[in-house]
Amino acid sequence: MKNCYLGIDIGSISTKGVIIDENNNIIKSEYIWTEANPIKAVKKLIENLKNNLDKNIVIKGIGTTGSARKLIGLLLDANVIKNEITAHAVGTLNFYPECKTILEIGGQDSKIILINNGIITDYAMNTLCAAGTGAFLSSQAKRLKIKIEDFGKLALKSNNPVKIAARCTVFAESDLVHKAQLGYKIEDIVAGLSKSIVLNYLNNVGKGKKIKPPIVFQGGVSKNIGVVKYFKEILKEDIIVDSNSHLMGAIGIAILAKNKNNKIYDLNIKDIKFETKGMECNKCPNNCEILKIYKDEKLIDAFGSKCNREIKN
Amino acid sequence: MNKITFPLVGNYRTPIIYLFKHILECEIVEPPPITKKTIELGNANSPEFVCTPFKYTLGTYIEALEKGANIVVQFGGGCRYGYYFELQEQILKDLGYEFKYVNFVTKGVTNLKEIYLKLKEINPKLKVDKLIYYSFITFKMLKYMDRCDDYIRQNIGFEEKKELENINKEMLNKFLNVKGYLDLRRTYKKYYKKLKKVKINKPKNCLKIGIIGELYTVMEPFANYYLERELASYNIEIKRFTNAHYLLIEKRKKGLKYLKSAKKYIKYKMGADSHDNIGRCKYLCKKKYDGIIHIKSSFCTPEIGSMAIINKICKEYDIPVIFFSFDANTSEVGIKTRLEAFYDMIEMRKKNEKLLSRH
Repeated sequence: MKNCYLGIDIGSISTKGVIIDENNNIIKSEYIWTEANPIKAVKKLIENLKNNLDKNIVIKGIGTTGSARKLIGLLLDANVIKNEITAHAVGTLNFYPECKTILEIGGQDSKIILINNGIITDYAMNTLCAAGTGAFLSSQAKRLKIKIEDFGKLALKSNNPVKIAARCTVFAESDLVHKAQLGYKIEDIVAGLSKSIVLNYLNNVGKGKKIKPPIVFQGGVSKNIGVVKYFKEILKEDIIVDSNSHLMGAIGIAILAKNKNNKIYDLNIKDIKFETKGMECNKCPNNCEILKIYKDEKLIDAFGSKCNREIKN
Repeated sequence: MNKITFPLVGNYRTPIIYLFKHILECEIVEPPPITKKTIELGNANSPEFVCTPFKYTLGTYIEALEKGANIVVQFGGGCRYGYYFELQEQILKDLGYEFKYVNFVTKGVTNLKEIYLKLKEINPKLKVDKLIYYSFITFKMLKYMDRCDDYIRQNIGFEEKKELENINKEMLNKFLNVKGYLDLRRTYKKYYKKLKKVKINKPKNCLKIGIIGELYTVMEPFANYYLERELASYNIEIKRFTNAHYLLIEKRKKGLKYLKSAKKYIKYKMGADSHDNIGRCKYLCKKKYDGIIHIKSSFCTPEIGSMAIINKICKEYDIPVIFFSFDANTSEVGIKTRLEAFYDMIEMRKKNEKLLSRH
């Protein structure tokens, strides 16, 4: 029998899952799109992970992170449910214990984590706008009719990136349209976009933070070589991008699950009927939006209320 | 018939009702507790970029005026708050409400004689000795309330059964009907003893966090999305400085003290509570708190000025600090995620410190 731990990171755009063993080695990993249905995505993810899995493996802990962590944590009865900042830091420190700065750009949010002697000393997360995140890049790629996978390669071709006012997603888009109408080459525009992501990130999230090497860059956008290039150019430091950079959150949460007291999980969730119902509590003018969660038609939890009123079926 | 109403903040409706009941001899329209409806009403009728307390108080007024109030009071203050009066009066009149608007603190100055004259307009029979006597009781009440609140804040994260808040609520209900100063003191002592009797399971080396920031957001739990309740659920001891007693009585002296203690960073007052907060930040750093949370309503100008300095002080002392800006449109989930990460961070630091000190 081999004890293993499952970590799931359910982000806005993609859902990531890894199985690690006692020594934090990755046994199996999976990466699929969330497509705005986290329950369906996780069911599919777990089926994929179970496929061809060694019969000896026993899952002894489950951790969830990412924006749907609470819901999926309930579904899987996870023993650790943690925010993505902590999970990312723990995952990265496992591979790069010397690392001092973690840059992370995901689908809807971007963050910076500063580390000293292996513990988080400071962090920041984007607050106002999604300009400078993966969602912005993918929507612009769609507009320019390029595949997001080719985005980075195209950016590398350019020697003359255009300047794009990227303070805000909407204005960046109108600036981009303007530049395209003036007749700039597509690779220059793509390079300009990549550069604007970096500048925006450093001006918003990284404002006032001392970025010290070694620097690790992760999250979905780290797969974009154009963005990596401009990070290197602007920070004048080497940037480490791990081949598993998109999985760091899931690995981190799996490690956290390992360190908690564990029980044995079977991963048969395919047939569990899992439902959520939204309702508005009309008991006071707050009209809290309450989300009720049913597992096999039994209410297991509800959240969203401001007071501590008991919620029944 | 005069029907008076007032803006809400925290638990302070009790002393205000008590005072008005005894000196004004008119009907008091108690505004409904702040809810989402309040802030929606305020938001719909305010200029977009005004600070959030304006929206909360305007919403409260509209709700109270709908309930039939015809006198509205406001207290004014040392920042943009000092100009709320004129603008709110105009907005409410444009909405078609008929009422009298009384501002007790005009031009940022608290003039006792002026306040007396304004009260006399509402209740012509008011006598000075009565006013002084009941004001005295009200101030004492504030002091007692704040003392209980401080105790609760320090211990609520560690109580075995959830009792502290209920005892406090019971005490406030009793305060409303006290018959004089001696009765007030007796009630306070009885309930303070009760609070102290609640079983507390507090480790010696617990996490401690200081909350500083803009006064309304700090004092009104609805405006900061019940931040203190959230922190208590993580078993954290909370230190908060701003309360009504501080603002009305101690601020004049202590504000200068804070300014002096932080003279390395600021020379002059920057309006409202910003210099107090810089001094408090230094105090918290010196006392080796595990973290500092700075909260403000969006567009609060004095606090925006203080944030840069607070950041600098915290860096010098190597204390983690986090800033939150609250607005009607703030996402609650985003705040919870950041708060949880902040808690993880200070907990990790504390564990690490312990390890280092053992070697």
